[in-house]
Amino acid sequence: MKTLRRRADASAATATMPWVDAPLVSGTPSFGSITEDISRVAERPTTITWLASLGLVGSFALVLLISIGWLFYEGTGIWGINVPTAWGWAIVNFVWWVGIGHAGTLISAILFLFRQKWRTAINRFAEAMTIFAVICALIFPGIHVGRVWVVYWMFPLPNQMLMWPNFRSPLLWDVFAVSIYFTVSLLFWYTGLIPDLATLRDRATGKIRRAILGILSMGWRGGNRQWQHYELAYLILAGVSTPLVLSVHSVVSTDFAVSMIPGWHTTIFPPYFVAGAIFSGFAMVLTLAIIVRKLFHLEDYFTINHLEKMNIIMLVTGMMVGYAYSCEFFIAWYSGNVYETFAFVNRATGQYAWAYWTMVLCNVISPQVFWFKNLRRNIVVMFIASIFINIGMWFERFVIVITLSQDFLPSSWDYYSPTLWDILTYVGSFGLFFSLFLLFCKFVPVVAMAEVKGVLPEADPHHGGSH
Amino acid sequence: MSTETVTAAAPAIQTYGILAAFKNAGDLLHAAEKVRDAGYAKFDAHSPFPIHGMDQAMGLRRSIVGYCAGISAFLLGSFGFWLQWWTSSVDYPLIIAGKPFNSYPAYVVVTFGLTVLGAALGALLSMLILNRLPQPFHGLFYSKQFEKFSDDGFFISIEAGDAKFSETETVRFLESIGGTNVEVVRGE
Repeated sequence: MKTLRRRADASAATATMPWVDAPLVSGTPSFGSITEDISRVAERPTTITWLASLGLVGSFALVLLISIGWLFYEGTGIWGINVPTAWGWAIVNFVWWVGIGHAGTLISAILFLFRQKWRTAINRFAEAMTIFAVICALIFPGIHVGRVWVVYWMFPLPNQMLMWPNFRSPLLWDVFAVSIYFTVSLLFWYTGLIPDLATLRDRATGKIRRAILGILSMGWRGGNRQWQHYELAYLILAGVSTPLVLSVHSVVSTDFAVSMIPGWHTTIFPPYFVAGAIFSGFAMVLTLAIIVRKLFHLEDYFTINHLEKMNIIMLVTGMMVGYAYSCEFFIAWYSGNVYETFAFVNRATGQYAWAYWTMVLCNVISPQVFWFKNLRRNIVVMFIASIFINIGMWFERFVIVITLSQDFLPSSWDYYSPTLWDILTYVGSFGLFFSLFLLFCKFVPVVAMAEVKGVLPEADPHHGGSH
Repeated sequence: MSTETVTAAAPAIQTYGILAAFKNAGDLLHAAEKVRDAGYAKFDAHSPFPIHGMDQAMGLRRSIVGYCAGISAFLLGSFGFWLQWWTSSVDYPLIIAGKPFNSYPAYVVVTFGLTVLGAALGALLSMLILNRLPQPFHGLFYSKQFEKFSDDGFFISIEAGDAKFSETETVRFLESIGGTNVEVVRGE
């Protein structure tokens, strides 16, 4: 009883002193128990629940495939897009998925450089989420081009027309920014995986499993001659990914900001988009983390302290997004530009006002609950808030894109609404995302074991005064 | 004739090196210092995670991965800028928005992206090459206890190719510096 009391006192003391770090892994972890806890998830036999879930989300992925097939056959006329609203849900979904893909790199790169050791528990799975989100994102502009069979024109490839892409266009910058982001994230993720795949290899019982993992782990032997190069390569990958976190969504925002459309042509877009991307990315990490820790009993690794820290980041970035919304309005009025003013007043009071206020409610109001410590440590509250934020950030992009529907020519003004195929394609992209995520949870260690071991107190060679 | 074929096919057992286990990260660090001081060159310290200070303990020089990444970043970045300049100004000059052919501010984004990609590829590939990966086969994998290195084991390995290597002396030496389960690793 006394010990319990003392422990409660200690945790209360830590709770009131945020500068005193709580242990990164709760319980009584050892190197062996970490290996066991994490590898077990990737090694256990296929369960009915897992298969049923994969079947469910896989059928949604099939919906995506069918929607794309029908789109290829029939053309982009199956969507609700028109002129002037030539960018409909496809671009909304693209920006939304890319935004979600930002948290992974923020966690794995920026927090690594700032030596935020708490990242070790969540980085593997946040990076995986990044990669899957960017895959979903890349699909949308790819199929939105209409004539998909000439999609290779986006790349500077020598061709029979002796033509080259226009490097002055932000749309081409976007092709480079997002595909490079995907490649670098994938390399970073795989580099981090090598030692953990070696762990799975050394635990493998079956011959085939051992051979496959042997190939994937490349013959890793954990010698310091290997760690030496490995650590530097990892540091460099983190270092070069850091500017990418800021640059990718900035480049995405130039798709809008470089144009001459009122409501888009603003210099606030790059920082505003980056803040929004991190905001939505953390919301998605949180949604998935809450589910994964429960399903795979990883509460000792994804501790409440991790979740609280993510909530604080969401509170901060949510405020930045809220500030950007109000700043846009201020500038619209202050500039004295009637078109700019119209665009913004129309957003808040026009035919899409319902979307605008949904966005404000979800993105500005809902994260305010995280001011209160007991609420930001409450799983139910944060789960609901994270869903709200995911929805709100989708609406933010929707509000921006449908600014197009009222252009300079009032005779072409119309109410844009999506068709069934717009909705099915979007829902289908969730199917793809969750299918990849389920496969990841089944086959890959969801927590970076080597890194978590490295932040245990026992990992320090001077631990226990042995040096 | 047939006897010869059999001899050729029979696996020749060879010695790859000697492996010794240590209790924890601190012991491994001290052991590595002693192995280095004893004059061994072809040895390695295996652990589940990188150990702080091990490079100095083993007497390793700083990794050159950084230089490789830097060179690769510079090359791919310059290629990116050159490609944009050449396609827009030389091979397919086109006036867009009244801008000059070599409108270099617009080329910043792609140049930057390719520089980052060059650094990432350079870091990863040079790491793999310097570590001689992928290397699915290595003599150490013949040791059963070596499997623990990726879980919670700490090992020193001394390769048979080392100038000071001796099956009896090296075993005795590793035992004297606190190594347990000292094993001569043999395989086909």
